This record gives sequence, structure tokens and C-alpha cells, in this order.
Amino acid sequence: MPDASPRELTGWGRTAPSAATVVPVTDASVALDAVKTAGPRGVIARGLGRAYGDAAQNAGGTVLDVTALDRVHALDAERGVIDVDAGVSLDTLMRLLVPIGWFVAVTPGTRYVTVGGAIASDIHGKNHHVEGTFCQHLESLDLLTADGSVRTLTPADPELWATAGGMGLTGVVLRARLQLLPIETSLMQVRTERIGDLDALMQAMLDGDADHRYSVAWIDLLARGAAMGRSVLTRGDHAKLDDLPAKKRAQAKAYGPKPLLKAPALVPGGLLNRWSVAAFNEAWFRKAPVDHTGLESIPAFFHPLDGVLDWNRIYGPGGFVQYQYVVPDGAEDAVRESVRRISDARIPSFLAVLKRFGPGNDGPLSFPQPGWTLALDVATGQDGLAAMCDALDELVVEAGGRVYLSKDSRLRPDVLRAMYPRLDEWRATRAALDPRGVFVSDLARRLELT
Amino acid sequence: MKDALGGVRSVLLLGGTSDLGLASVRALDLRGDAVVVLAGRDEEALEQAGKALGTSARIETVVWDAATGASGAEDVITTGFAAAGGDVDVVIAAAGVLGDQPRSETDAAFAANVLNVNVVGVGAACLAAAQRLKQQGHGTLVVLSSVAGVRARRDNFVYGASKAGLDAIGAGLADALHGSGARVVVVRPGFVHTKMTEGMTPAPFSTTADVVGRAVADAVRTGKPEVYVPGVLRYLFAGLRLAPRPVWRKLGQR
Repeated sequence: MPDASPRELTGWGRTAPSAATVVPVTDASVALDAVKTAGPRGVIARGLGRAYGDAAQNAGGTVLDVTALDRVHALDAERGVIDVDAGVSLDTLMRLLVPIGWFVAVTPGTRYVTVGGAIASDIHGKNHHVEGTFCQHLESLDLLTADGSVRTLTPADPELWATAGGMGLTGVVLRARLQLLPIETSLMQVRTERIGDLDALMQAMLDGDADHRYSVAWIDLLARGAAMGRSVLTRGDHAKLDDLPAKKRAQAKAYGPKPLLKAPALVPGGLLNRWSVAAFNEAWFRKAPVDHTGLESIPAFFHPLDGVLDWNRIYGPGGFVQYQYVVPDGAEDAVRESVRRISDARIPSFLAVLKRFGPGNDGPLSFPQPGWTLALDVATGQDGLAAMCDALDELVVEAGGRVYLSKDSRLRPDVLRAMYPRLDEWRATRAALDPRGVFVSDLARRLELT
Repeated sequence: MKDALGGVRSVLLLGGTSDLGLASVRALDLRGDAVVVLAGRDEEALEQAGKALGTSARIETVVWDAATGASGAEDVITTGFAAAGGDVDVVIAAAGVLGDQPRSETDAAFAANVLNVNVVGVGAACLAAAQRLKQQGHGTLVVLSSVAGVRARRDNFVYGASKAGLDAIGAGLADALHGSGARVVVVRPGFVHTKMTEGMTPAPFSTTADVVGRAVADAVRTGKPEVYVPGVLRYLFAGLRLAPRPVWRKLGQR
């Protein structure tokens, strides 16, 4: 192992830094060596660092930087299956696949995640209500486990489901075979609606989500009273060739996303305050059409924030937290109550989103369950933020919901246990795979996951 | 592990009956089943202080006398971390004696004890704690210094010298630990109303232990390396440091 000195790492939220020895995994054998020679503070894999909290940090231990493991091995164009290393990003996959008529089955709000990270978080996208999570489209994956062996796991193996959303604690994902989605064009047919309040939004989603592959709503969490939960609902599908104007059909699969802006390296704290966010939210809401259907590019529809490199810096040096919960169908009151509390607290949240989830999967720690998921970003340092998050936790637990570990950076272990009733089942599978506790992260320590 | 909003799970307080130390522990956001380790001379007093904290956190006590120097310092850190059950998120070095300036000037042994406790004992414990924080790759060391160490004053310069020494250790450790994942916060309160200063005439801008505690908790959350309490003392002492000697001498004759 190279004797690199420890380096400080944070998640995407840029909070709670800790130092670890970062080992670039240029080859699977490097990961194997690191696992075999793991010290008492263990090993965790890290991809592009998009988990918001401390999931890919390992204070005092080793962090395997898997992004160098980035080979695309094979594409089976007949079955629509691609065989890739875990460090390959969804950005790379889309650049490769979209022009030849394929799309990843699930993409989150950013293209800058690795396949390994997508599996460890069992990510979801705007199509969860139809397609489920990323791991539901795995044909198989190769997992380097604590004993130094590499196991090829299929959906028939419980170890695959322990790895789905397992936060990297079952081993290092080295390679995976992903089922792809055929597309006719690189454009999206998108319906955008401006909706005046939360109840109308939830009704619209209940009524119409099933007609669209993708659906998500942006909510203004500063609007109060009758306008509480006013939102912009966007729903769409991959455009068919026939949906394109004739002159665009020749270039139907053209795809070339470019970052438009770069956030400055030093942004003062407090830029996103109650007033600036309120002004932004007002403008965003007003500029949205009342009801409009049109064509959008993949980056514009799925990854608007990827247009700004390092957008996480706009929250200033104190960083930010993201809070994402899901509560089951029938817990609509909990959604209303949470939105009311957040808007009453006047804590500015930029780009909060609401979405409906479809059925969950077999992963004991996989986040999605059927119901409503709300995600919001808040800069740290706001008075009362910790207490508000704790109170939201209670509301979520009471409603039978949970928060998303890939976003979390402040949950308490006792609350986690209430949110994930299948935790012990996951622990048993993990303990069999990693009896010595080689795989460990700051998140695992903070939440006493293992 | 410290969380994104400054919540902590484990605290080691060196000087477990110190008013400032205990106020700092109270001000921290102790999460879940947190543990607080109180280290100090008198076990009974530590236990009482633990009860008086009124927290749901588990309280552990470790007997430690800062006057025991290097060996005691190593021991208290080893035992303190073990009592916390592994990692410690926040170590607060609050032990110290105020001494007695007139007596220090005539009784060399008495003066040496002030220096021994405040610089040698507490400083060595800070150095030992810093090593542990560096190894674990995270955590915050809070060093309770004093504005008395910013510029030695006629009426308390032995105490001032001891705090200047400790302050330098804290500031040096902050640089030594840069990039290690661990943080050092040097806190410089002015006159604080505590049992240590009972009966003394308060200096201008005097403050309370609770205010110091909140400043400590805030610094732990934000990672601010240097804190004056109240904040105005930063600017006041920036000026006083440059005050002509006769003026400074006058200020020290109280």
C-alpha cells in the first residue's frame, strides 16, 4: 500500500471533515491488498463523493478511491446489458450510451456518481414509482469481501440486497452488470405545471404520476398560508422519434452535456439566507409555465445542478445538510405537517423536492418505500436547525417512515433503529461477510450501524 | 463522531469540576447515548459534578491530578479515552489553578506549582490528547486559555505566564494538527464569575461560565480556531498588547 499521509475528506455537504489515508484503486489488486492489510480503523470505498454526509469517510483509517477503476468491459446490445467497473460514472455511461440508443435504468439528480456508489446507496430517480431503484436493474455485481475473495452476486443472493443501500459496509463493489433502457432520442418530452399549494400538488401526483415514467415536484418551502407548498411539477418520458420536429430527427440521439458555470472557490457564508432564497423561489415559481409540454435535453431535465460545477460551494464554508425522508402512503398528514413546520421555521431551503415512490425492494437498508419522499437542502449555522431536524425525525418515525442514509449527516443511532426495522437482518448478513469488521465508515460509527 | 450540525457523542473534560469546563459540556449538543468523562483530583467531587450536569449522557470519572506532570498526563488520556469507549469527539482542557500573585512572588514553590499545574500538567495532557485525536482522524481539542496570557499584567503575571505557556501549546497544536481531521480551539475568556474568582473585583467586560460554555460549543461546531469571550476582548487586547508600558503598568495596579 502506498504510504500516503492522511487527507481530510468530507461529503458533498462539506460538513464534519475527518482524515483518512486515501488509496487510489488503479487495479482490483490494490483494493485486495488494502483489505488484507487493513488496520484497526478499517477500510471504506469512495466514489465521486456525492453522498452528502459521512458515508465515504473513514476517520483514521483507509479510504479506497475507486474512481480510477473505470473500465467499460462489454456492452451486450442485444439484451441491453453493460458490464462496467465500479468507478465508472453515470456521466461516462450516458456519454457512451445515449448516442447509441441506450439509457441508464435509474439516474439520480446528478450524473457525477459512480456505479459503485449508486449500488451502495441504492439510488433512486424520478422514475422510482415505475422502475424502482438502481439495484433493481442489476444483473450481477462483483463484491470484494473482507476475506479477500471476490463474489459474483445476483439478485437471488441476499448478499446483493445487503449491498444495495449497504453504504459500502459489506465490501468493495468492483464491477457490475447493469440492465439498460432503450431510447429512441436523447430528448425528453416534459410536461411542466405550476401548482398553487401542497394539497393540489399531492392530488396531481396521485392522479397523474402513473402516466409518466418520470415525475418530480419542486416545492417552495418558504411559502406560507394558502400558498404553502406551492410548487412546479415536472413529469416526462423519453421522447419518441415521432415527437421530434422533422429537422431534429437526423440528430435525434445527439448528446453533449457541458457544465455552464463553475461556483467560485470561496463563497462567503450566509449567501443563501431567508431573503435571497425567498426571492429565488418566487422567481422560479413565477417563471414556470402554468401548464406546458415541450422537449428538454437529458441534462436539463435530470441534472440541472450539474450545470454548475461544485455547486455545493454556494452554501459557504459552513457547508449544508440535506434532509430526505420517505413516509408511507396514507401519511399525507405527516407530509403536510413537515412542510408546515419547515415553512413556519423560516429556515431557507433552496430547491426542495417532493416525489412519490413506488414499491420498495428486498434491501434491508434500501431507502425507498411506497409513499412520499421530500428532500431539502439547508445551510448549517441556522438557529434551531438541529432541533428542527430532530423534530422531523420524530414525525417521520411516527408516520412509519425513514431518512435516506446517503443524505444523512446528523441522525441519531436510536432513531435510525426505529426507522430501519430490518437493521438486525442486515447486520447478520454483514457480520457473516465481514466478521472482523474491516469495512467501516464515519457514518457507520456515528450511527452504530455495524 | 461529531455530526454535521455539531452534535457530539463523547466528551473528555480535563478538570472535571471546572465551572468553565462543565458549562462547556452543558452547552454542547450531546447526541443519543453520549458519554462524558470527567477527569479531576477528587472522585467524589467529580461524581457530584456529573450529577449536577443534569444530562442523560453516561458519566464516567477518572482520577487525575494535573500536578503529576507527564506520567499523569499520559495516564489520564489513555484512561479517559478508554472510559469513553474508544473515540473522543471533544477533549476540553479546563484544569488549572489561579494561584495568588503576592504569594507567588515570595514563595517560589507556590509559584512553581501554578506553572506546573497550568503549563506542565495541562499542557502535557493536551499534547497526549492531540496525538490520540490525530490517530483517530477527527475530534476537537478545546484549550481554555485566558486573556491573562495575552500580555502579562503586574497583578497576575505568574498565572498569566502559565496561561501564555498553555496558549502557545494550544496554538502550536492547532498548526501541528492542521489537515489531520482534528481541530484545536484556543479559548481566551476575560474575567469570568466562577468559584475560582469568587470574592475578586471583576475586570471590565466580565462574563459568566455559561457564556463561555456557549462560545466553546459554538467553536466546536464551526471549527473556529481562536475565541475570545466576550468577543470584544479580541479587539481590546489587540490594542492593549501595543499599549505603552507605563499605561499597561497602571492598568495592572489594582
